[in-house]
Amino acid sequence: MKFLDEYRQYDSVQRMALEIRRKTTRPWTIMEVCGGQTYTIVKSGLQELLPPLVSLVHGPGCPVCVTPIAMIDRAVATALLPLVILCSFGDMLRVPGSTQSLLDAKSLGADVRIVYSPLDALQIARANPTRETVFFAVGFETTAPANAMAVWQAAKENLANFSMLVSHVLVPPAMKAVLASPDCQVQAFLAAGHACMVTGYEEYVDIAQRYRIPIVVTGFEPLDLLEGVLMLISQLEEGLTIVENQYTRAVQKVGNLQAQARVSEVFEITHRAWRGIGEIPDSGLRLRDQYRSMDAEFKFGIQLADAKESTECIAGLVLQGLRKPYDCPAFASSCTPDRPLGAPMVSSEGACAAYFHFGRRKEDVHSLVSLASKNQ
Amino acid sequence: MSILSCPLPQRTSERILLGHGGGGRLTNQLIEDIFLPAFASTARHAHHDGALLNVGGGRLAMTTDTYVVHPLIFPGGTIGDLAVNGTVNDLAMCGAQPIALSAGFVLEEGLPMETLVCVVNSMRDAALVAHVPIVTGDTKVVDNGKGDGIFINTTGIGRVIAPNVIGPESVRAGDVVIISGNLGDHGIAILSVRAGLEFEGPVSSDTASLWPSVEALLEAGIEIHCMRDLTRGGLSSALNEIATVAGLRITVEEALIPVSDIVRGACELLGLDPLYVANEGRFAIFVAEADAERAITVLRGQSVSNGAVNVGAVHEHRSGIVTVRSRIGGNRVLDMMSGEQLPRIC
Repeated sequence: MKFLDEYRQYDSVQRMALEIRRKTTRPWTIMEVCGGQTYTIVKSGLQELLPPLVSLVHGPGCPVCVTPIAMIDRAVATALLPLVILCSFGDMLRVPGSTQSLLDAKSLGADVRIVYSPLDALQIARANPTRETVFFAVGFETTAPANAMAVWQAAKENLANFSMLVSHVLVPPAMKAVLASPDCQVQAFLAAGHACMVTGYEEYVDIAQRYRIPIVVTGFEPLDLLEGVLMLISQLEEGLTIVENQYTRAVQKVGNLQAQARVSEVFEITHRAWRGIGEIPDSGLRLRDQYRSMDAEFKFGIQLADAKESTECIAGLVLQGLRKPYDCPAFASSCTPDRPLGAPMVSSEGACAAYFHFGRRKEDVHSLVSLASKNQ
Repeated sequence: MSILSCPLPQRTSERILLGHGGGGRLTNQLIEDIFLPAFASTARHAHHDGALLNVGGGRLAMTTDTYVVHPLIFPGGTIGDLAVNGTVNDLAMCGAQPIALSAGFVLEEGLPMETLVCVVNSMRDAALVAHVPIVTGDTKVVDNGKGDGIFINTTGIGRVIAPNVIGPESVRAGDVVIISGNLGDHGIAILSVRAGLEFEGPVSSDTASLWPSVEALLEAGIEIHCMRDLTRGGLSSALNEIATVAGLRITVEEALIPVSDIVRGACELLGLDPLYVANEGRFAIFVAEADAERAITVLRGQSVSNGAVNVGAVHEHRSGIVTVRSRIGGNRVLDMMSGEQLPRIC
């Protein structure tokens, strides 16, 4: 397959891994920020190719994982209103709220539909003029432009039966929150390539300088990730703390200006609670006042009981890279993808689910390593 | 930043979710927790595609399956083809030649007669190709809005031809895993119609009878240890079920698993994994290494399995597990699907 196979090629990947092994002289801890990167790392068994001195920790960049429980509760309550069609990206459906997920709501008769784009939700609103179509807008900078576009288009068409439940979050404030934690062990970031495709990476220059940490904007294929790691190791070994761009085929320093303009026309920055982490100032987006009529939170004015958080799951620590999923006492015992305790066990991009599905249990890691050495 | 705990008391499913029908872990839970305790004394072959019965000195296989698909008519087939081929294939996976099928219909009030005729004709054609008569049937009609057009149940009986026991318990360390052709065509064909998606070329369902391939293997005297059609839950669910029952480790090479470029592209785009996507005319075969090359040659001689390839092997292990060696040379566990496969956000 063009544009993908060349980044998954055995020989190039092995060469890059060898180069990393050659360059590494000391232990380094690198965080990949985005859940999509975690997915590739775990699915392709990439950690096995790295020297034992390099440890990858998984960051908070999984939109499904960080959407606050109160917002899931609100989505479930909205879906259960009469006449509502709730449209969502697929992997939000299984995320547990305080008592129910959207899949549970669906089994109770709610009209919950999976869409691939907010523009599909717009089409559903047009086709069902007597019903209320609500799009559950979650995600990072990557999904914001399309969501902004849908709101802008709905306003242009006076589509009064379309609204959005907005729970947008931003990457840089989360990176700062990780760095501000007193227990932070992260020494370098693989920044999320697709978010940077929209925003560019000027904001990251400031983070690199202020926190004296190297950052490489990185893509999502195995070769991208290894090249990103190699660039970070080179910086770490030489004591550099600059921002570099590995994902040059998609990302420009200034980003996509048109997309940025549409996003800031529709959305404004706001404080946002992150599931398992807590509130991070200026870390999210909400609809601007002139689009308030399309904000499902205000439109339906649902009053909710306080969201219930449990104490068993350590998702907050996992999302900050402070613990591995298998360090959690609930991992793969009381918490599984079928009965998740925390959101990272839900999405395939969530660190816990990725570990569960692709066998990164502590004993499996050992067993795979011994297999790998036998195979060599 | 003070609350570092994450949500939720543990819950159990109090209602049936769609995922209970997905063929993955939830389906297995339903079988283990509800069906087996109730039927355990009689259902001795719950982990196989069909039951084996000793009748008057001969061995018969019996199987049943219910078909629910939207849309009813899709590229490469209809719910009718699926209902015939699916049950024929479940018999074939037991090493049994199909003798007869039954067909039960649940029809929804208001269904266009033309649709029913189209579906029934495709059943007739599929049955002709598989050389199996449909000998008895039943029809019920439900209120408009209470069914999805047509639901079909077919039950089949077949004569067991295979001389040895075919099943996970016969799989041995050293066996080779063969797949009969490209994976994912059926699932992606259905999804593309459902979602109104168009790809670079047409994707057609792979629905077909697998009996000709199985018969050819048996006639060639190849000792088949185990076979499984790769329907709901795809390759991963089939291999996991076999590995679990056999208590062995199955390894597959990702680079050897055949997936067409269109299906791979569609899966990338839709955030799906082809190893979990359903097939309706593909199966995995376990044979001894010494028989592997001959089995592949025989399979390639039949049109339905002309893409047969060796994708992996079986090893001793302390417990049942399936691992995949990725294209880049890393290893991972290939787990069973949880619930339904839900598309990723980005």
